[in-house]
Amino acid sequence: MTQSLITGSYIFAGLCFILALAGLSKHESSKRGNIFGMVGMAIALLFTILGTVLKVTGSEGVAPSGPSWAIIAILVAMAAGAVIGIFFALRVEMTGMPELIALLHSFVGLTAVLVGWNAYLEVPLADSTGLHRGELFVGIFIGAVTFTGSIIAYLKLSAKMRSKPLMLPNHNVINLAAVVVIIGLTVWFVLEPHLWQLVLVTAISLALGVHLVTSIGGGDMPVVVSMLNSYSGWAAAAAGFTLDNDLLIITGALVGSSGAYLSYIMCKAMNRSFISVIAGGFGSDGEITGDDKDYGEHRETTASEVASLLTNARSVIITPGYGMAVAQAQAAVADLTSKLRAQGVEVRFGIHPVAGRLPGHMNVLLAEAKVPYDVVLEMDEINDDFPSTDVVLVIGANDTVNPAALDDPHSPIAGMPVLEVWNATTVIVFKRSMNAGYAGVQNPLFFKENTMMLFGDAKERVEDIIRAL
Amino acid sequence: MRIGIPMESAPAETRVAATPKTVGQLVKLGYEVVVEEGAGAKASYPDAEYAEQGAEIVGRAVAWAADVVCKINSPIDAELDAMSEGATLIAMIAAPRSPELLDDLAKRGLTVLAMDAVPRISRAQSLDVLSSMANIGGYRAVIEAAHEFGSFFTGQVTAAGKVPPARVFISGAGVAGLAAIGTANSLGAVVHATDIRPEVAEQVESMGASFVAVKVDEEQVSTDGYAKEASAAYAQAAEVMYAEQAKVSDIVITTALIPGKPAPRLITEEMVASMKPGSVIVDMAAGAGGNVAGSVADKLVITSNGVKIIGYTDLAGRLPTQASQLYGTNIVNLMKLVTPDKDGVLTLDMNDVVQRSMTVVGNGEIMWPPPAVSVSAAPAAQTEAAPVVKAEPKKRDPRITWGVLGICVLALLAMFWVSPDKLLGHFMVFMLSVVIGYYVIGNVNHSLHTPLMSVTNAISGIIIVGALIGLSTSHVGVPIAILSITGILLASINIFGGFVVTQRMLKMFRKA
Repeated sequence: MTQSLITGSYIFAGLCFILALAGLSKHESSKRGNIFGMVGMAIALLFTILGTVLKVTGSEGVAPSGPSWAIIAILVAMAAGAVIGIFFALRVEMTGMPELIALLHSFVGLTAVLVGWNAYLEVPLADSTGLHRGELFVGIFIGAVTFTGSIIAYLKLSAKMRSKPLMLPNHNVINLAAVVVIIGLTVWFVLEPHLWQLVLVTAISLALGVHLVTSIGGGDMPVVVSMLNSYSGWAAAAAGFTLDNDLLIITGALVGSSGAYLSYIMCKAMNRSFISVIAGGFGSDGEITGDDKDYGEHRETTASEVASLLTNARSVIITPGYGMAVAQAQAAVADLTSKLRAQGVEVRFGIHPVAGRLPGHMNVLLAEAKVPYDVVLEMDEINDDFPSTDVVLVIGANDTVNPAALDDPHSPIAGMPVLEVWNATTVIVFKRSMNAGYAGVQNPLFFKENTMMLFGDAKERVEDIIRAL
Repeated sequence: MRIGIPMESAPAETRVAATPKTVGQLVKLGYEVVVEEGAGAKASYPDAEYAEQGAEIVGRAVAWAADVVCKINSPIDAELDAMSEGATLIAMIAAPRSPELLDDLAKRGLTVLAMDAVPRISRAQSLDVLSSMANIGGYRAVIEAAHEFGSFFTGQVTAAGKVPPARVFISGAGVAGLAAIGTANSLGAVVHATDIRPEVAEQVESMGASFVAVKVDEEQVSTDGYAKEASAAYAQAAEVMYAEQAKVSDIVITTALIPGKPAPRLITEEMVASMKPGSVIVDMAAGAGGNVAGSVADKLVITSNGVKIIGYTDLAGRLPTQASQLYGTNIVNLMKLVTPDKDGVLTLDMNDVVQRSMTVVGNGEIMWPPPAVSVSAAPAAQTEAAPVVKAEPKKRDPRITWGVLGICVLALLAMFWVSPDKLLGHFMVFMLSVVIGYYVIGNVNHSLHTPLMSVTNAISGIIIVGALIGLSTSHVGVPIAILSITGILLASINIFGGFVVTQRMLKMFRKA
């Protein structure tokens, strides 16, 4: 009876999770979606804990199993987790979202590893089936890769580690060898289990996670984070197979496929294959192409000139990039936007899918700064509007507005869809200096006739413009 | 080094080669600047403002004796006499039309940079006075036309009746033409424009005008002896088009110039005669022979049928303040180029194609004409644009795709064959969830990607169930307890943190 009630609650929770994800597809229904998620989670937790309580107390004529202190331990651990989680959730800066998300991924990964080990310890080896052992290994493998991969991603995103890709010689061979060894060990473990195989697989998987993400550069982070999101889902699903738990499988599969889809969108936005991103390296193989080319000279402008351009403009598009987050310029940009809109200038934002370090990162930053979401448009929505735009402000973006992606078939970013800002009447590029962007590619945009450079800290420059309006 | 800014000697000239603002910029480059008394008076720049920016106000002789003299028009003999040996002169020289002047300049041992000999490459745009002056000229042409035109430009519905908008036709979509289109458009007129280069249609349309193409029957053209016949056929078609446009337009502005040749005749006497009385024609090429039959340089002519033909050649000079500012900025950009160390020392680099082209006389030697500059903006853009089509991803052979798919299906079937029923049940749940996940996420608004990730983070905290189950088995020892409790703690952080941060983010999104 209890078990069927729990299973029933799982069906309900699974439905709630599907509704949660569906709700998040539109702004109007997004809050409702999140509430569905909470409801589903609450139901699943309530019934699982109830089941645990019943088992521990041994009601319904079944002998008690598990220690009686388990209930208290569960409640204390959950309360502690809740306090920590809510504390960080309320405190985190929106610029720090990528780090938080990466850290949360690592928790799922680590928990999956722990659950895997648990499953190994619970069932005596002699009693376990080969299938169970195989599932267990898969779960630990994915969990461990997610765990260390996310930790490295976190370190890179929070600048506690250099975001430059580490390029070991033959890094692809290393990855491949690790996978082959893991598969070999899994087969062996299924046939003839030993503890050392489990330890070794865990260790290799952890190392593989480190290596995979270390060799990916900072600009590919949107793909990496969404890929790890996907992995964390597959890890949960694998744990579900190990534990015969359909709720874990459903939830894991939902999260896994959503992460995979996001990764696909990101890869498409960079015109790169998923494999090439995970395998690492992109314009970062040490070669910088075509830099002996004469791009001509760039022209500098001043904040007051930009201010007068903006007041006389009818339509303005702002294309922010990661540099805006680094300079913490979003509030100033929002202020500028509202001032210009009050003067009757049409101001919109054009967001490249891989701008920032997280899918949708720019949108969240702008939303925090109180920029209304209906003026924040995606690349495909806004690219055709550049020719009829008077002024484009490029703030902290570089590769995502690089015309070489379309014009120069030899460019490392050739074929990547970009925001075609140069079609506007005037382009103002906010930049610290004339250094090349993440991909190490020079940007011919800076040398176009209708481009003017505004050097310095993006936040200070935007504030200067506001003062000069 | 010392830069001298003399007053322009031509009586009709209103402009000056530097403004207080550009003087400030020149001083920053390390130069000492002297300005002749009253040099900026006609352009509304009083001496005091120059002095404020660090210039010294001097007499005519001192200004001309500077190491570098910047002015607008070609110098006259008296001015050249006042220059010191080995000095540098920066001005518009019209080198192809004035060989005697070049000889004279060379004999005097000067170095001369011609502001009107800037090569037309994109890098040099910032010093190109021809385009900055053409921009002003295009604007002024519309203003002059509006001044002479007897009606509104914009259409209105007033209590006194409906006013149709003026119809403006602009020939030539160069810098001047585009500026004129923009100005006429912002005054509210209905603007049409044409150009011999059909590829500029996009630029014309971006400024708010409709492009009028010359209709040539291409099949006829491409068959035999085509070069000559094509131009003949083209000219004929163009004439038909011009005749049609002249008849229906209130304002016609022509900007067609061919470098080193007389301006082409576009509007014939018959076309002028076909226009409505009160119509206005501005012939911006009047100084070079004129695009319009009957136009006279520097004059306003009224034809017998009441059409006004404006042939002013000083359109840019009619906006002296603006024109001086742009000319002055062009000079500053040139000085930046030739003062790489910002130390106030002018150093010419003859390997730089821009500097080489502008140097018509170098240290007493005639260096005109410069070697041809091969890089021209338009054709380069064309060749660059071509490979875009090729950048499309390669289509994979469908047979391979189907093959891989087939192998996958077979592998799955093989797996199912050996799998126990329980696994298959789980597998079905798994596959269906993957598909549902894909379709549900596929519709997600791009701006909600980050909240989506944080909510999936919270949901994947469901792995807590695994840890909870661990605590209620019969084998709970210390290792299991520690692993489970750690797992519960971590997953709880995910669940609570994930939902709370999502809610926080979603609350921030608001509509305008």
